[in-house]
Amino acid sequence: MAIFDKFQQLLVTRQNLAAHGLATVNVVMEKLLSPTEAIVNGRRTILAGTNNYLGLTFDPECIDAACRALHESGTGTTGSRAANGTYSGHVALEQELADFFDCRHAIVFSTGYVANLGMIATLVGPGDAVVIDADCHASIYDGCTLSRADIIRFRHNDPDDLDKRLRRLGDRAANALVIVEGLYSMLGDRAPLAAITAVKARYGAYLLVDEAHSLGVLGDHGRGLAEETGVADQVDFIVGTFSKSLGAIGGYCVSNHPELDLIRFANRPYVFTASPSPSVIASTRQALAALRARPELRERLWENARRLYQRLQDLGLRLGPEVSPIVAIRMDSPEAVVRWWNALLARGVYVNLVLPPATPDGGALLRCSMSAGHTLAQVDQIAESFAALPAAGDSPGPAA
Amino acid sequence: MQPNDDILMQVTGMIKSLAPEHPEITGETDLVADLDFDSLKVMKLLEQLEDRFDISVPLNLLPRIRTVEDLTLQLQRIIGEG
Repeated sequence: MAIFDKFQQLLVTRQNLAAHGLATVNVVMEKLLSPTEAIVNGRRTILAGTNNYLGLTFDPECIDAACRALHESGTGTTGSRAANGTYSGHVALEQELADFFDCRHAIVFSTGYVANLGMIATLVGPGDAVVIDADCHASIYDGCTLSRADIIRFRHNDPDDLDKRLRRLGDRAANALVIVEGLYSMLGDRAPLAAITAVKARYGAYLLVDEAHSLGVLGDHGRGLAEETGVADQVDFIVGTFSKSLGAIGGYCVSNHPELDLIRFANRPYVFTASPSPSVIASTRQALAALRARPELRERLWENARRLYQRLQDLGLRLGPEVSPIVAIRMDSPEAVVRWWNALLARGVYVNLVLPPATPDGGALLRCSMSAGHTLAQVDQIAESFAALPAAGDSPGPAA
Repeated sequence: MQPNDDILMQVTGMIKSLAPEHPEITGETDLVADLDFDSLKVMKLLEQLEDRFDISVPLNLLPRIRTVEDLTLQLQRIIGEG
């Protein structure tokens, strides 16, 4: 078999979707107008699928900080910290993250994906077991695969199933690494973290929580689900990203375990990836400061989230299980989802299209993510665009 | 290792309940090529078998499982280790 033969099925899938007018992979943001608007296909379009939860991508202070860093330190670090050395901004951001999370140690990574890949593949290895929620992100699955530890899934958000899995591991449970997410990216549901920490404590296992979608979104200080649930001291490792609420790119891990600084040197994805560029570090530091100083951003985000969830629920749409800044519209038919996605874009609303197997239950999703940057008028326009959609066969469509 | 008849029978029974349109299931039946199982269906089958035998099947083993007999032998091995 030629090495390209395995891609033929992808070609067929893409051609089938193209027959329904799908152009999602070809969408070009021709000009960004703000955190919540862009020109797409020559048309002013509301961005409702960006994970830009606090709307900080155009924050003037973040932009100024990035510009200053560009002029002072150049465009890139041109290598990893292990080889080329550490910039003062890297250390400062790590100290600020540790302070923000009230943890003793922090590591900064070049992307959120690398943060998960590096932490998981370094923490566990052959002979160990990693026990992950079935709906975990691809970066978690890939980190587990790279680790060569035994990968065991437990049913999504099911602490009883986690308990069973740890029990079945016997003595190995005390060295197992349990991994969950704060907010799950597809449906926007929280992990039952109090119950999960209780289970992991019973077996003496370790817990890593990915707060990629919950940083700046949950908790009194915006630290995430561990803070909101009041169990931060029972979480061994918190991993997250700068590419959502902080409006940049990069990732982090914070922990109270003193070994985190040793893990840094054993962490191949960290050691062999070029470190974040000075401008990225600078805008991230400024965004973190804004997250801390402006809790009203979080309040506005939740106001928008509640409003859209309610409006779409009133339309009779099948939504994710709880109100969250991720508002997912669940449908059975990929073709119907593609039709709706195109119709929304034609009306000037961009959302995420999610098709199986990326969906949790094999169905298809239209996924909206709300931002503090959305105005109430924009939220209403998003809802009205859904209301104007034609009925979609398998779904209790708005016009049905 | 030869497949244990009792485990093979339980595995085929469970597969039949998930694929009633395929009444003829043998040890050689290929889960993907013959039964059109996608990854979600494979995971559902695994979860049911894990509960039945009170074991966990590491995902790392999946590339080694193509047929009903492959699956049965992997379950046997894990049950034997338990």
